[in-house]
Amino acid sequence: MHNEHSDTHFQSRIDNGEHIESKDYMPEGYRKHLIRQISQHAHSEVIGMQPEGNWITRAPSLRAKQILLAKIQDEGGHGLYLYSAAETLGISRVELIENLQSGKAKYSSIFNYPALNWADIGAIGWLVDGAAIVNQVSLQRTSYGPYSRAMVRICKEESFHQRQGYEIMTKMMRGTKDQQAMAQDAMNRWWWPSLMMFGPHDTDSPHSSDAVKWKIKRETNDELRQKFIDKTIPQAELIGLIIPDNNFSLDEKTGHYKISPINWDEFYRVIAGHGPCNKQRVDHHIKFHEEGAWIREAAVAYKQKHVKKELETA
Amino acid sequence: MATDTQLDLWEVFIQSKSGLPYIHAGSIHASDNKMAIQNARDIYTRRGEGTSIWVLPSKHIVASNPDDNDMLFDPSNDKVYRHPTFYVMPEGAKNI
Amino acid sequence: MTTKDATYTYTIRLGDDALILGHRLSELCSRGPILEEDLALTNVALDMIGRAQALLKYAADIEGKGKTDDDIAYRRAEINYYNHLLIEQPNADFAHTIARQLFVSVFEFLFYTELEKSRDETLAAIASKTIKEIKYHMQHAIDWTLRLGDGTSESHNRMQTAVNDLWMYTGELFEMDEVDAQLMRDGIAVDLIPIKAQWHNDIKTVLSKATLLMPEDTYMQTGSKKGIHTENLGHILSEMQYLQRAYPDAVW
Repeated sequence: MHNEHSDTHFQSRIDNGEHIESKDYMPEGYRKHLIRQISQHAHSEVIGMQPEGNWITRAPSLRAKQILLAKIQDEGGHGLYLYSAAETLGISRVELIENLQSGKAKYSSIFNYPALNWADIGAIGWLVDGAAIVNQVSLQRTSYGPYSRAMVRICKEESFHQRQGYEIMTKMMRGTKDQQAMAQDAMNRWWWPSLMMFGPHDTDSPHSSDAVKWKIKRETNDELRQKFIDKTIPQAELIGLIIPDNNFSLDEKTGHYKISPINWDEFYRVIAGHGPCNKQRVDHHIKFHEEGAWIREAAVAYKQKHVKKELETA
Repeated sequence: MATDTQLDLWEVFIQSKSGLPYIHAGSIHASDNKMAIQNARDIYTRRGEGTSIWVLPSKHIVASNPDDNDMLFDPSNDKVYRHPTFYVMPEGAKNI
Repeated sequence: MTTKDATYTYTIRLGDDALILGHRLSELCSRGPILEEDLALTNVALDMIGRAQALLKYAADIEGKGKTDDDIAYRRAEINYYNHLLIEQPNADFAHTIARQLFVSVFEFLFYTELEKSRDETLAAIASKTIKEIKYHMQHAIDWTLRLGDGTSESHNRMQTAVNDLWMYTGELFEMDEVDAQLMRDGIAVDLIPIKAQWHNDIKTVLSKATLLMPEDTYMQTGSKKGIHTENLGHILSEMQYLQRAYPDAVW
């Protein structure tokens, strides 16, 4: 007779490919890992609205403006789906936000880079969302039900994001010399940070083995990074963008690209808070959160008055 | 003095076409009924996913306890006579 | 003036309102009081830009010089934009954003309901599509006006301030000139006199329900029909037009 509340029973459910739902028994480590991973993903979506939001008012065509607005709405929406999934694990959104603002919770380091020219919007869509898609497709099969369902929803919406970015890069590479220069400049600045989005090499990743055992994570950092590199380099070459790497090559036998070593110093430096935009991103979030307090309070006060009125007239 | 919150948590159910069931889509935060409907619409129906929305405060959802799964759901597993395939029909019988 | 010229100007006026309001609302992205509201406001911005595109494309077609919607949107000088002054007022705080939305969306609801009957088929069709989104914008604005007006004392004061600050720009919404006169004769334009009375009534009802005071009538600011704007528009345009102006030969 098994104890439904045992870690052994839980692990056998995982091994059988079952989904875990919010009221099911789960080891504390599993719950904590998920809260950390889901909330980090959610925070990334929300923070990501900043570098992209930076260019809406300067978007150079009405079509581009609408597409960018729709994309950012999606990012915000994804943040919301993920906050919802995290909340099923017993943490409130108030606490999630506090953790983001205090620095206790992280967000993807890629958003600590600035969006400096219009081509950056292309690079973000093509490379950053492209990298996210590789990760997210894999996560659709994650063991936690609410997270898996959020990921299925997100994946449906994500593919237009990558196309939006690639279309911008393509147009610019087929445009004037100035546009080509801007596109190459964006490529030079976003390529390596996008590769770092997949996290440290498998050998250096502390949380990986639990995540794989619990089927939270379905593929390793390096496996996902390789997928991204293999699909993206041909896309870059097709439109004439130069990979900012003097030593990459295609291994004809395996069909995989080999790249130069990643500069992990930069990765750890940015994670530690010294990226170009770390302070700015969090300060922005805190500022508008604080400025919004009177509005949220008003909404609550109004609701309370009206519930009171309903009770009085009942 | 009100304390600052992220408002209340609501669950969202969307009906994609009339006649079909309402399916749970996820959750949103809102303070009152109107805001909940609007937020649900803005978050969960941007791609024409729905023609009708139900929202309710999450605290009103009552869920079955997984520990009771065997008591709640196993007994129905061995009542095969509830399924039409259990019955043997004479050959040639129509409309049954 | 010819019907064609009048329709061109009339359409640009409508398009510019959508374009500039879309710009103001876009500024709010990642600045919302709560994530859901960030998305709600971006949604309104998106509707506005879509409407601007439809209207400015029609204007370009009327002009018949082969210009695109983007040419019209991005390549004019300040004096050739005709959005109402109310539209270009800054997002001073959320209360100002909501007050502006309230005044504009109630007006647009009444206006586009009438424009649906226009003899100009394109404008009528645009109006038909637009009404649906405006109903939503209007509901959103009314609901927030109630929450802020009848919320806390801080939100009440801020909302009253916003209503008072923006009041002097509301009169301009109902101005008519020879363009309107010509097009009313043609059965194309909307008569703003009955709209003004209805608007006043509707706003009074909402403000009162929100425990807010309707400001006394005052001197109403004017000038946009002649392209004379507040200092706000210049800054809006420098930002909006930057890439098109800096790279005039580029196609985006």
